[in-house]
Amino acid sequence: MNLREALNRNDAGSIVPPSGITAQLTLLTAAAMAVLCVFALTLSLAAQRIAQDWEDALAHSATVRINAPDEARSAERDAVMEVLLTTPGIAAAREITLDEQKTLLAPWLGEDAPIDMLNLPVLIAITQADPPYDATGLRLRLSAQAPSAVLDEHSRWRAPIVAAAQKLRLMGWGGIVLIGFAMAAMVILATTASLAANAPIIEVLRLIGATDRFIARAFVARFTLHAALGAGVGSALAAGVILSLPDGASVLGFANLALGGADWLWVALIPFAASAVAFAATQAAASIKLKGLT
Amino acid sequence: MIAFDTVSYSYAGSAAPLFGGVSLELARGSFHFLTGPSGAGKTTFMRLCYGALLPSDGRVSLFGQDSAQMDRNAVALARRKIGVVHQDCKFLDHLPLKENVALPLKVSAQSKLADDKNISELLSWVGLSGRANALPPELSGGERQRAALARAVIMSPDVILADEPTGNIDWEMSQRLLRLLVELNSLGKTIVIATHDLSLIRTAKTMVQARVLRIAGGSVQIAGADL
Repeated sequence: MNLREALNRNDAGSIVPPSGITAQLTLLTAAAMAVLCVFALTLSLAAQRIAQDWEDALAHSATVRINAPDEARSAERDAVMEVLLTTPGIAAAREITLDEQKTLLAPWLGEDAPIDMLNLPVLIAITQADPPYDATGLRLRLSAQAPSAVLDEHSRWRAPIVAAAQKLRLMGWGGIVLIGFAMAAMVILATTASLAANAPIIEVLRLIGATDRFIARAFVARFTLHAALGAGVGSALAAGVILSLPDGASVLGFANLALGGADWLWVALIPFAASAVAFAATQAAASIKLKGLT
Repeated sequence: MIAFDTVSYSYAGSAAPLFGGVSLELARGSFHFLTGPSGAGKTTFMRLCYGALLPSDGRVSLFGQDSAQMDRNAVALARRKIGVVHQDCKFLDHLPLKENVALPLKVSAQSKLADDKNISELLSWVGLSGRANALPPELSGGERQRAALARAVIMSPDVILADEPTGNIDWEMSQRLLRLLVELNSLGKTIVIATHDLSLIRTAKTMVQARVLRIAGGSVQIAGADL
């Protein structure tokens, strides 16, 4: 059985002649929409993962900065380490070495900057345990033992980064919704054009006792199947592109673009969602258009 | 079956009605001719009979239902009990004859009855047994009219309306078509034939008891013996 026969298997579908370019355009547009939908979905899921990763990573870490004068710096560092290692809720505390500070500053100051000559603060990285420490209590203890020590929980810059990632995720989902609307509009236009082109056939069918439901079924089946087929092909193509992304992309921070196991279920749902959109759009278009055709 | 109660019909924007005050009943098993000059309203009368038009005034009853009160679905169901042979036949040109003839079964979800044997028998009855796979544009005028009759009767309707069925065919073919309609009438079907061919009516009257309705001058009258 070839494609055309498959599309025309039902009684209603076989009565209406092949719709030509409108049906082909439906297939192609559905494929293009599905590609865009997969890309938007991938970006949205990636943004969600990035937001979650950053949230998790930053939420479990903090830094203590010691700005004491040179003569008091060592004593305050030891006092801070003593406080941190005896505070419940802290899994580990480690001083960030000068080499690590050089690496952190290199993007701004250059590889060869004389960082040794700068009066850099002592930085101590904290890894949070589960349950976490009491930040207020820790600040009080630190201020008592090391007056220049400042606890930075990263909350100042963590919040906007996470918010940006969340917005990116919402934009992705918003894009998917818009693609759905665009596809529905396209199917409605194609169905309306096809119904108008087949007005003489619809007239004959009505004269021999066909109900609107029977006539609509022919068009609904045809456009739903074309949309499903196009969305299936488009989703498969887009999935291939996603799979072919190079691993080296992780250097740029895009490692999370790769879809995980559960994410592929969303991609697999796209042809079904496209079919549902096409079905509803064709039903609506046929119902309205048939009322206007005698 | 089909009843007109003081029915009048006017085209939109027209002050004078095409016809008015028409009251008659197309009873079960009756045979009617509808005649009159071109443009008198024969086709309009037929369209009122199958719910394609609604009366401007009065009431057309289709199987007991007021056509003006019927929704599109109810009209569709009523049309399954009315077989219509249109002057221009109204076939789907992309489907072969056997599928065109089987269309009423398909649209009424009775495709199971549209097997090759049934269709062949029906096409044989109208003398088209060798043309089952021909496309409508490949048929002659007479063949198209007989095929249209086959399609009109495949649902075994109670009423058969034929609008100028012999308008485009020769005398011999007209007689052949008439004999088929008379045969259907003998099976209890109500027949209405719109025609301006008086010789066809005269011939029919030798074969069946027919009532002749003449549309002229805005009214529908029972025609006299002058026919």
